[in-house]
Amino acid sequence: MSEYLVQFNNISKFFGKVIALKDVTMRLRKGEIMCLLGDNGAGKSTLIKTLAGVHKPDEGEIIFEDKKIIFDSPRDALDIGIGTVYQDLALVSLMSVTRNFFMGREPQKGIPFFKTFDVEKANKIAAERMGQIGIDVRDPSQAVGTMSGGERQCLAISRAIYFGAKVLVLDEPTSALGVHQASMVLKYIVKAASEGLAVILITHNVHHAYPVGNSFTVLNRGRSMGTFQKKDISREKLLSMMAGGEELDKLEVELKEMDRVART
Amino acid sequence: MSVKSQSIQSKKQTGQDERLKKISPLRVLLNRPELGALGGSILVFIFFGIVAGDTGMFSAYGALNFLDVSANLGIIAIAAAMLMIGGEFDLSIGSMIGFAGICIAIPAIYWGWPLWMSITFAFAMAVLIGYFNGIMVVRTGLPSFIVTLAMLFILRGATLAITRLITGRTQVPGLRVLIEDDPIAWIFATDTFQWLFTWLGKMKLIALRTDGTPLATGIPPSVIWFIALTLFATWILMKTRYGNWIFASGGDKVGATNVGVPVGRVKISLFIGTAVASTIFACIQVLDAGSADTMRGTLKELEAIAAAVVGGCLLTGGYGSAIGAALGAIIFGTVSMGIFYTDVDTDWFKVFLGAMMLIAVVFNNYIRRKVTENK
Repeated sequence: MSEYLVQFNNISKFFGKVIALKDVTMRLRKGEIMCLLGDNGAGKSTLIKTLAGVHKPDEGEIIFEDKKIIFDSPRDALDIGIGTVYQDLALVSLMSVTRNFFMGREPQKGIPFFKTFDVEKANKIAAERMGQIGIDVRDPSQAVGTMSGGERQCLAISRAIYFGAKVLVLDEPTSALGVHQASMVLKYIVKAASEGLAVILITHNVHHAYPVGNSFTVLNRGRSMGTFQKKDISREKLLSMMAGGEELDKLEVELKEMDRVART
Repeated sequence: MSVKSQSIQSKKQTGQDERLKKISPLRVLLNRPELGALGGSILVFIFFGIVAGDTGMFSAYGALNFLDVSANLGIIAIAAAMLMIGGEFDLSIGSMIGFAGICIAIPAIYWGWPLWMSITFAFAMAVLIGYFNGIMVVRTGLPSFIVTLAMLFILRGATLAITRLITGRTQVPGLRVLIEDDPIAWIFATDTFQWLFTWLGKMKLIALRTDGTPLATGIPPSVIWFIALTLFATWILMKTRYGNWIFASGGDKVGATNVGVPVGRVKISLFIGTAVASTIFACIQVLDAGSADTMRGTLKELEAIAAAVVGGCLLTGGYGSAIGAALGAIIFGTVSMGIFYTDVDTDWFKVFLGAMMLIAVVFNNYIRRKVTENK
């Protein structure tokens, strides 16, 4: 048994002539939070969809608990324990908390062919689970549209964990949230990791990523710029790497040059 | 101050969350999609009760008359509502009715098939056509409006062309004699509770013909089908996993797919549902009339969608109810028949239909905002 729970080795993905991902490698231990950082267009979304089984990698391999895995559908990824929480959260705002929580995996009771959706059990579990993370679901039959952004995010994460996620892939969980709501979500993520989950946190916000992450992988134009342990890299270095520090430096020089020309 | 301490006290006593606002039963009701249709149907009955209360509209015979019309519409409206909740439209319902009609009549009359076999054949064709509609929409990602609009023309055209090719006419009569002794046809052609009506007639509680038999002979098969389908659809939507998948598929296709809901399969099955419901409609009408007509069911798809919308279905999917659609059908059926009992010119029926639908859409829009934004 290797020390890693899940390994994504040299993943590449092409769309026609476009190289969306090239040789991206990520390895996670249990309880580890890896932050995947990258600017817009760095290939984050493609990577997430590859992890989640939406895309099949054109090159490379996914090894989960020492077994090589090939996903044919998102369902396969879910079944082995890779739970992905997308930016849109896969929540239907017109549907109730319970119906959302169990969407696609409703508990059933009764005899075959006449099985019914066990709404009572589902209501109980949903309220219980949300209670554990400190969110009082006032009424599990209320529509998700009435919840706050942070609450929705926590609902989606809590759902992924409930359904057996061992690896949690979170796509920009804090991007649309205010400071208070974001810290609530980050706290929950740390708690989940401390209970033995491996977490891949995708974000472009270093200030959210740095306090919670154990390691950081930086994506740029479809390629990994390397994985760094927290002790090996500072927040500033990380920021300049992902934001294309060189580009900003160059911009600064150009601006100075323009300024100089204008003065003379 | 006193109010606050009181509320804390009451929380302690009941163990309830103080943030749980007391919601009046009215508000709970307001969140149900069928509320508008329920109010509408009550208004319609009050209106006709006043205007046409003494005209025989609400006699056994009159009531069965408008219930029969409502039920026929209801059968397709419920299927249309489920498809709409699943996020799609089917404009080929009306044409499917005509097509199913000749699928029953031509084999039975011209090819000598037993009636049960041609009925089975019609249902098999319905499943195929529904499947085709579904797979076209799911695979191509084209709007179902376009795909089923094409099917509307194709099926109506094929119905006319095939019928004229084989029979040289546009109607296929002569089915009535085949109904007796058929092992299946009775399902679509029997008046039930005849004993009850005979008894009521004997007790002089309902109107009689001159020969002493009651004017209303029994509950028409459409009404039984209508009630059964309403219950079945409601059970599916509210109580089964598949029902949750229907709401999810219509509410957010991408989200539902991402959590493992087989959205494509759900939608295809719903398209099969509308085609099969059209065929049930066709069976009942063809066996009742004893003949198939190539124009049968024309414009029924729009009435079905209108009934579903009045019943609270959102055009964008993800919200609605089968009971609502059933009530919508009852409103239309009652008004279309009831208007004969009043002094109002029947030409005004379509005006009413349109106005009703417009009011319903405005109302539903308001409800949806309430449901998703009552923070």
